[in-house]
Amino acid sequence: MNYRIIRAIAEKDIEDALHNPINIYGALIVSFIFAILIPVLITQTPSFDPNFTGQDAFDEIEALIPTPLQSLIETLTPEALFIVIILGYLIAPLFLVIPLMISCIIASEAFVGEKERKTLEPLLYTPATDTELFLGKIAAAMIPGIVYTWMNFLIFALIVNIAGLPIMGSFWFPTMNWIVMMSFLVPVISLLGVSVTIIISTRVKTFMEAYQATGILVLLVVGLMIAQSIGLLFLSPEVTVFVSLVVLVVDTLLIKAGIKIFSRSEQITKV
Amino acid sequence: MTTIIQADNLHKSFPTTTAIDHISFEVQEGEVFGLLGPNGSGKTTLVRLLNGVLTPTSGRAYVFGKDVTTDGSWIRARTGVLTETPSLYERLTAKKNLSFFGRFYGIPDAEIPKRTDEMLSLMHLSDRADEPVGGFSKGMKQRLAIARALMHDPPVLFLDEPTSGLDPESSRQMEDIIQELASDEQKTIFLCTHNLSQAEQLCSKVAMLNTGKILAEGSIQDLSRRLFSAVPVEMEFLHEPSPAVIQAVRNTRGAMVDSVKGSTILFHVTEKELIPSIIRAVIQEGGDMFRIAPQDYSLEEIYFTVQRQGGMTA
Repeated sequence: MNYRIIRAIAEKDIEDALHNPINIYGALIVSFIFAILIPVLITQTPSFDPNFTGQDAFDEIEALIPTPLQSLIETLTPEALFIVIILGYLIAPLFLVIPLMISCIIASEAFVGEKERKTLEPLLYTPATDTELFLGKIAAAMIPGIVYTWMNFLIFALIVNIAGLPIMGSFWFPTMNWIVMMSFLVPVISLLGVSVTIIISTRVKTFMEAYQATGILVLLVVGLMIAQSIGLLFLSPEVTVFVSLVVLVVDTLLIKAGIKIFSRSEQITKV
Repeated sequence: MTTIIQADNLHKSFPTTTAIDHISFEVQEGEVFGLLGPNGSGKTTLVRLLNGVLTPTSGRAYVFGKDVTTDGSWIRARTGVLTETPSLYERLTAKKNLSFFGRFYGIPDAEIPKRTDEMLSLMHLSDRADEPVGGFSKGMKQRLAIARALMHDPPVLFLDEPTSGLDPESSRQMEDIIQELASDEQKTIFLCTHNLSQAEQLCSKVAMLNTGKILAEGSIQDLSRRLFSAVPVEMEFLHEPSPAVIQAVRNTRGAMVDSVKGSTILFHVTEKELIPSIIRAVIQEGGDMFRIAPQDYSLEEIYFTVQRQGGMTA
């Protein structure tokens, strides 16, 4: 295995994706919404809305509190409880949109865009083995998704702590479920985006078609959030590790199928 | 001479079509081998097979003595391929395009910038080195694609329609580059083209491919000799030749007069060796001959004759 080749492919695919303004604007918009707008709105809502004081506010958020967090009711004010429940727990799965989106964009560029722009053929004439080409492209799509999510998480954490300080009285974020989610679930979700794109790449002809088709993965994230909101599932650290393992198994199966699809002989007939 | 490329009963078929139909040929070191044929004749498929990018359905092919089926990566490290379209990363600069491919061939990181500059200079692209390739003309893109194929100084080059879609000036530039690579750099060149005058100018040997089959193979002189039983000759006199002079040519066994136009006799001989005796006979009859030119058949004449006949028997 030649790691220099894998690195070269990954660096080129990332650089090529960064030269597409649509990708940059898309990523910046998502960052603005998830890492800045949501924490600012949630931390400021109790200050702006007079209903968020006293018993009324407490009643409103009480319904949202998952059973394992009932103990927080006794230790936090209603305003603080609102912030902790929404930002500390309920919003967490929504953050998974970021690694999914980034990995799907770059994977669509790397696997479908390369065919669409007819740049794959010279690559197939290099001494790189099929495995090196495949791994280079996976790394290109997966690593930026993870790193970008972590960067957004850092910004999110700063805003949550600083903007919420008047109500919370101290820096309280991140919670353990967020740390576990960032460490385990984000990488496997990122890989899920890549592996689904590889499978989709056999059926579509353009980068946009591929990217749009992967949009269905967002339903997974929305499903997690709804399940948590209605009390069907609570993403505790333990449950998050379990979900990560399930996603990892799915990733492995999809990647195995992807390796078969990504053979040189198959790819060259499609350029 | 060393055999660099060898195909032995090579066959490639796809579910609905046969692309390469049991062909055999050899390319020797330092040769410019022209693969001629119309679009869809199987030229690109053959390049893919010889670089181990496609797997043959049956038969064998060897490059540098290595089997293309099992040693594709080893072979590709020693060949450079110019694909039919330049296929460059248009959002990246010329320099980035070259340095990216340089990393595949074991060129040390420290040497890649130097090699990149050399290649850009060779292709007269140094002043555009830091510009995105998307803004380049077709000719510039094609030159950059050649530079990419040469980054690792491969001894064998596969050039697939190198002047396709280029204007005459860019085509000439490209042909000059190919000629330099063959004569100065001693590269073995496998040139796929349907441009017959280009092949005639550049190739030391050609193979004519149609519907996956090789119809004829050899040097132009060799093909001409095998295909045509007679050599056309043009004999020019100071004055209109007398009937005795014309008869002297006619009387030579193996010669056949085609026409007499003013002071020129056009005739065929079955072999060039007969020409001195014809000259002697003409002079003896008092003919004031001052020029004799055996004519070679052009590649175009050879190509269309082969295509018409559907191949060569010998």
